[in-house]
Amino acid sequence: MNLILDYYNYWIVVFLMMTGFYIVISANNLVKKIVGLNIFQTSVFMLYISMGKVTGGTAPIVVEGVTQYSNPLPHVLILTAIVVGVATTAVGLSLIVRIKRAYGTVEENEFENKDDAI
Amino acid sequence: MAEFIDLVLLAMLALTALRVIFLKDLFAVVMLFGIYSFLSALIFVNLDAVDVAFTEASVGAGISTVLMLVTLALTGRTEKENKRSTVLPLLVVTVTGAALIYGTLDMPPFGDPNNPIHQHVAPRYIEESPKEVGLPNMVTSVLASYRGFDTLGETVVVFSAAIGVIALLGVRRREDLAAEESGFLTHHVLRVVAKMLIPLIILFALYVQFHGDFGPGGGFQAGVIAAAAFILYALVFGLPQAFSVVGAKFLQLMASFGVLLYASVGLYSMFKGGQFLDYSKLAADPVAGQHYGIIIIELGVGITVFAVMLSIFYAFGSQVERSNVK
Amino acid sequence: MLEQHLAVLPIILPLIAAPIALILGRSLLSWGFATLISGLSCFVSWQLLVAALSEGVLSYAVGGWPAPWGIELRVDAANAFVLLAVSAISTLVLIYSKDSIEKEIEKSKHTLFYTAHLLCLAGLTGILITGDAFNLFVFLEISSLATYTLVSLGSDRRCLTAAFRYLVMGTIGATFILIGVGLLYMKTGTLNMLDLASRIHFYESSRTINTGLAFIMVGVSIKLALFPLHMWLPPAYTHAPSAVTAFLASTATKVAVYVMIRFIFTIFGADHVFNEMGMDLILMALAIVAIFKCSYMATVQSNVKTVLAYSSVAQIGYMILGVSLVSVTGLMAGLIHIFNHALMKGALFMAVGAVFYRVGSVDIKAFRGLGKQMPLTMAAFTIAGLSIIGVPLTVGFVSKWYLVTGALEQNNWMIAALVLVGSLLAVVYIGRILEAAYFQKLPEDTDPSTVKEVPWLMLAPMWALVIANIYFGIDTSITTEAASSAAEWLFQNNNVQEVSQ
Repeated sequence: MNLILDYYNYWIVVFLMMTGFYIVISANNLVKKIVGLNIFQTSVFMLYISMGKVTGGTAPIVVEGVTQYSNPLPHVLILTAIVVGVATTAVGLSLIVRIKRAYGTVEENEFENKDDAI
Repeated sequence: MAEFIDLVLLAMLALTALRVIFLKDLFAVVMLFGIYSFLSALIFVNLDAVDVAFTEASVGAGISTVLMLVTLALTGRTEKENKRSTVLPLLVVTVTGAALIYGTLDMPPFGDPNNPIHQHVAPRYIEESPKEVGLPNMVTSVLASYRGFDTLGETVVVFSAAIGVIALLGVRRREDLAAEESGFLTHHVLRVVAKMLIPLIILFALYVQFHGDFGPGGGFQAGVIAAAAFILYALVFGLPQAFSVVGAKFLQLMASFGVLLYASVGLYSMFKGGQFLDYSKLAADPVAGQHYGIIIIELGVGITVFAVMLSIFYAFGSQVERSNVK
Repeated sequence: MLEQHLAVLPIILPLIAAPIALILGRSLLSWGFATLISGLSCFVSWQLLVAALSEGVLSYAVGGWPAPWGIELRVDAANAFVLLAVSAISTLVLIYSKDSIEKEIEKSKHTLFYTAHLLCLAGLTGILITGDAFNLFVFLEISSLATYTLVSLGSDRRCLTAAFRYLVMGTIGATFILIGVGLLYMKTGTLNMLDLASRIHFYESSRTINTGLAFIMVGVSIKLALFPLHMWLPPAYTHAPSAVTAFLASTATKVAVYVMIRFIFTIFGADHVFNEMGMDLILMALAIVAIFKCSYMATVQSNVKTVLAYSSVAQIGYMILGVSLVSVTGLMAGLIHIFNHALMKGALFMAVGAVFYRVGSVDIKAFRGLGKQMPLTMAAFTIAGLSIIGVPLTVGFVSKWYLVTGALEQNNWMIAALVLVGSLLAVVYIGRILEAAYFQKLPEDTDPSTVKEVPWLMLAPMWALVIANIYFGIDTSITTEAASSAAEWLFQNNNVQEVSQ
């Protein structure tokens, strides 16, 4: 029981990560791949934020009379990672727009047949 | 109680993510992603990461979702049936997931204040940063000062994204766009509401920009919110109209300027005899120096993020207009 | 004043120059500026290597915050050595780009090309110098985003799908690294590499740490295109503009190899990774398969850029093979090959780009008769090709020599033999191209007067690399000294140091 209380959060987060990862590698549509990539990354962010939590703590902004704060460092890292994520998404989506214009499709199996991509 | 809310939110996230796998309607997929992003922002609030939640809500649920929707408008909204085998992906995911679950078994328990990460490095941020850096918001202190180099890198990542999107989709001039095709000029209610909202959004962005030292917020969130105001303007009044307010070329200049502003603080502190980005050297009093430094670099971040987000929206928006004209 | 800031300059020079290059706007202006900045960072890297060889480690606390609270930059013999190779190649490629991209990238995008190149350089140098595990991720993403952009500037539409595949795989790799770093952080509470190394010690048999190690290794393996995670590399290198391929092939994957070396040796400790986890056997097996499978793939391609791309994956196999020998000589062979392979592949891809400049194709058929028409370009290609094969008096021979020596030290005749057999495959794939160039006639429908030598701004950097190939092949003292002191340093510092609190 203790094991479950200690780790349930991480287990669900792992499940979410793997769902996102599965969407990335199994989706045939490129937009869906990008959605999967975002779900994958957002779930990794949850892993970081979960480890920063202190039971009974509050947000790391100084308030009179509070002594227990959650850990600010994971928050900082994830702020950066979110920005990196949106940057990748923007570039990925513009590639998709160009691919659609060049090939007329965004379904992976269709353009692999059209151009014998290596 | 917090644990219970956490559990409910996580369950909702799991359902949302699973639904995405099986849906073929991409519009619904993107909407579900928006929901996923919002739910995770709620989890972040619940786990005390208010700054992160703020960013996730404005970026994941806001900018990312909007960009995905624009892309769908150009590429079609249904995924075609295909006969891809799901065996290999399932195998890869199962192995990876099993490895991670195996890794969780030695993890420090969730929420325990005695965990290594709460004992090493972070205590200084929590105990000393209000004195050393002088800001109540520890996340801002760590982000802008202790790990200011990461944040410079982050600003450059955003700048790189703009370079990528512009290289791929191109910059369009105002003359290239057909004015009458754009916006919702006949929707009077929309126009009036937008006119009322836009100043308020910009005001809020400024508040977030300069209040980030004390509460959640900072340059990144402010930049995104300010960009949202202009995106709303462009949606309602049309891209050509928005171009005449802020042109695409001018935005490129702004994006560069933000990065340079940030870096110049670093160079100036080198000039003053400190290390790169050592804000303590900016003023006679080190804590005051930290404060000046953080205000300037946050401004740099805000300017770059605003300019880049708007540039990206312009680039995607121009593509939609172009396909409409055809 | 700049003396003390030496360690931070190679990162911030290109980083600050990138937005300025964008503002400059004009193609020629941004070219000159980017080349100048790249040359300056090359000079700084040289100074850093000299300083690192004489003084040992240079540490720099960004923002004045001491590690582990702030971000530390660390320069030692190993990364200064790779840094010099990266910035030198970047400068040569930039000189080469001016004429090369004229034919491959439309005029309006030239400034964006130079900006992206500078961003990529800043990212790569950041990865090399940083002493902070999360900061490494940030710079990794800067260089990756710039790389996706550069690849997508190609003239063939297939560059788009190649860039997309690269983006998806690259992001998966980066996310794996992020997960791995997160697990390490969770267990140790720190992100500083040195501090991590000392604290990991307490937990070495922990399942969380080992999972973190596995995720980082897989993530880095994607980035360095280790077989079988190399699928993004051949299309990306084939369809990117020639100047981009020349730059990426000789820098990006090498930096990832260095990251792997750094994680193995300075963070986890070679003893733990190799002896306890047995990862040397996995790496060795993958490296050998990479050498044979991809060398074979290189022999059956018709596009010369694809041939060289597969050859790159095989050559990365040699580097990893060196690392997996777990000896100073083996590691030294790996490090030397990072440097040497940059020289060879840079020259080869530049020569191929020159052929594209004149003939407009890089198919093997397009090389027919070029030995007579473009003698200088093809001579450069030939010498660099011989270097890939490992002929004496070229740098390729030096790499193979140390690799074989390292294998023989352990009486591993099998590995030594496999390295030599792998070279025979290189004879086949390079030989096919040389045969077309020297023993076949120019196709009758091409006008011989249009196929002539390329402008000297393309020839000069190409030949600079060719001469380096021969020079460092004959006078091996500089490279071996740097690589051996780097390798010894990595092995010695394996016993973990404490960070003062």
